[in-house]
Amino acid sequence: MSTADTTIVADDLVAPAASRAIPKKKVKAGEPMGTSVGAALSSPLGRAMVYGLMVLWTVPTFGILVSSIRPETDVKTSGWWNWFVSPAFTTDNYKRVLSSSPGNDNLWHFFLNSLQITVPAVILSVGIGLLAAYAFSWMKFKGRDWLFVAVVGLLMVPLQMALIPLLQLFTGGAHFTIPGTTFTLTLIPYFHLKSSIYAVWIAHTCFGLPFCIFILKNFVSSLPREIIEAAQVDGAGHATVFFRLIVPLSVPAIASLTIFQFMYIWNDYLIGKIFAGTANIPVTAKLAEVTGTRGQSWHLLTASGMVSMVLPLAVFFALQRFFVRGLLAGSVKG
Amino acid sequence: MAEVVLDQVNKVYPNGFHAIVDLNLEIADGEFLVLVGPSGCGKSTALRMVAGLEDISSGELRIGDRLVNDVHPKDRDIAMVFQNYALYPHMTVAENIGFALKLAKVPKEEINDRVRKAAATLDLAEQLDRKPGQLSGGQRQRVAMGRAIVRQPKAFLMDEPLSNLDAKLRVQMRAEIATLQRDLGVTTVYVTHDQVEAMTMGDRVAVLKRGYLQQVDTPQNLYDSPDNVFVAGFIGSPSMNLMNATLGGTADAPTITFGSHTLAVDRSVLSVRPALASYFGQRVVVGLRPEDLEDASVQTGAPEDRILVVRTALMESLGSEIILHFPVDAEPYSIMEAEFEGDDAITAVPNDEGHFNYVARVSPRSAARIGETVGLVVDTGRFHFFDPTSGLAIRD
Repeated sequence: MSTADTTIVADDLVAPAASRAIPKKKVKAGEPMGTSVGAALSSPLGRAMVYGLMVLWTVPTFGILVSSIRPETDVKTSGWWNWFVSPAFTTDNYKRVLSSSPGNDNLWHFFLNSLQITVPAVILSVGIGLLAAYAFSWMKFKGRDWLFVAVVGLLMVPLQMALIPLLQLFTGGAHFTIPGTTFTLTLIPYFHLKSSIYAVWIAHTCFGLPFCIFILKNFVSSLPREIIEAAQVDGAGHATVFFRLIVPLSVPAIASLTIFQFMYIWNDYLIGKIFAGTANIPVTAKLAEVTGTRGQSWHLLTASGMVSMVLPLAVFFALQRFFVRGLLAGSVKG
Repeated sequence: MAEVVLDQVNKVYPNGFHAIVDLNLEIADGEFLVLVGPSGCGKSTALRMVAGLEDISSGELRIGDRLVNDVHPKDRDIAMVFQNYALYPHMTVAENIGFALKLAKVPKEEINDRVRKAAATLDLAEQLDRKPGQLSGGQRQRVAMGRAIVRQPKAFLMDEPLSNLDAKLRVQMRAEIATLQRDLGVTTVYVTHDQVEAMTMGDRVAVLKRGYLQQVDTPQNLYDSPDNVFVAGFIGSPSMNLMNATLGGTADAPTITFGSHTLAVDRSVLSVRPALASYFGQRVVVGLRPEDLEDASVQTGAPEDRILVVRTALMESLGSEIILHFPVDAEPYSIMEAEFEGDDAITAVPNDEGHFNYVARVSPRSAARIGETVGLVVDTGRFHFFDPTSGLAIRD
């Protein structure tokens, strides 16, 4: 589901001004935004293609849903479409993956792990990102533009490259021995972050920030200058401007970005697997273990997959309405 | 409430553009001062420097007795009305108006009282719970005003607050703002490019051109005795006729010659302008307001040497008056082309015979017809004289 829907999200993020220019008409998922593209897609042929793609895209997800409610023997002997011929319904798969009794997967525990990782990491990256976006947009300081270029440049640093240095940092801090001497400087002390959920927060926040800052800066800097100046004249300092104006006016961008970050962190396997420690691994890492060492339990994978999908879906539908809301209506003439 | 003083204020942008040059202005306590000029003249920059939204490159800015060059806008105790209103879109009208009071930690009941009072003054009582998006342009403008008047600040700063309103509403709000300011007695700096607003609202008007202050005076004085040819051409609509001419005759019977026309000049003109005596036989720029010309068939009995005989090129009948355009073979003073940019450009284009159009404002009872000859009586006591090189008024 995600790709078809998130195209709209992306439009909203990259071009907040353009999306605001669109009248308050509610843009439905799948409805195009560009006028020429819109005209092409609203033709009967275009419409047929869009629906065709939508069906094609949804079929695998639907197959997983069907498989997850079929009995183990059925799953292992025939394809999911046979369910329509000989329907048999069971909740055994769900019971087994969610049960905490020995021999079962206790997926609920890992679901909570994922939640513990994702929610703070999203709040941290979006929150710090918004602060940085405000500073880059509306505070005057030397080297501001160069610093922003540097931050955007960090978008190109692959996560994998930093795995070992980060692991070293988390398991021992950062130290530097001056060459030719035995004198060692401690740059970052050891904070006991080995196999901890905090290490995962830090890694996700650091690697999410460049993207968050980039997206939010585009939005925040497109807010009308006069509104901020009016607040300054009214007696507002930076903190007041940020909390009373920037935060409420940036809700559409925050919502879109939150969905992105939530999906990204929720779906992450690598960072969780490496930094969290066995007890704290997220649901994605657990999914890989559900099928068993020889793949004998793969009927359980479908149910696990559906469970891990529930929350991202809920988040998407909860925040979706913010994308299209013209929050700035009436503030300045136009 | 306080006086606002700009002392040798300069604004130089990082790219080297000198937006304001040695601006000196003393705005008295409770005064309504209008900054006017063509676009790009620096009037908005000057206002934004008073607000603290632009840095001052050099010079001193004082509000009350306090030097505020380096004071943050929030600590200057001023209120500003922006051209596009800049309302907070996520707050109700009441919250918009009360925002500054809330930040100043005024008790809630007092905020409510003052907001309601301001809303009543501005006829916004019904709108207090609405968001700016639900208001009309005029109402938004009132909310922006409300945000200013609720505070009792040291000064009001208004940056073309009426330019986004339609013509009828603009006239109405013009009067309302002027009345409100007089009632409140708050020192006000008002920026506009509309000279009608400048003339009707200001106690005094400051005319700016390309960062240089041209003249500060009451509206009537600006109109009657402009300091230079720019102010002469900028203030007044239709603009003053400005043409290159030669002063001739004798001190007892001075004449002015432009193109093929020679008119007598009233001797009183010379007596109030002693400096003009040294211009005999020399080139001057002569200015004549359109209303100082009248159809000879309406104003009869004028001596021959005070009548300008021309051919009518265009007539604009406004009911109360007729604007009469007529070509004369005298070259207009060409400062207007050089000094206005963009929308304000006035380019004098000669007609097929090489004549330039000038304007008279005559009585609606005028019998003039397009393409026919008409005699125009010139009020020869109302000539303005300017030096052709410096552009300054010739007085004493």
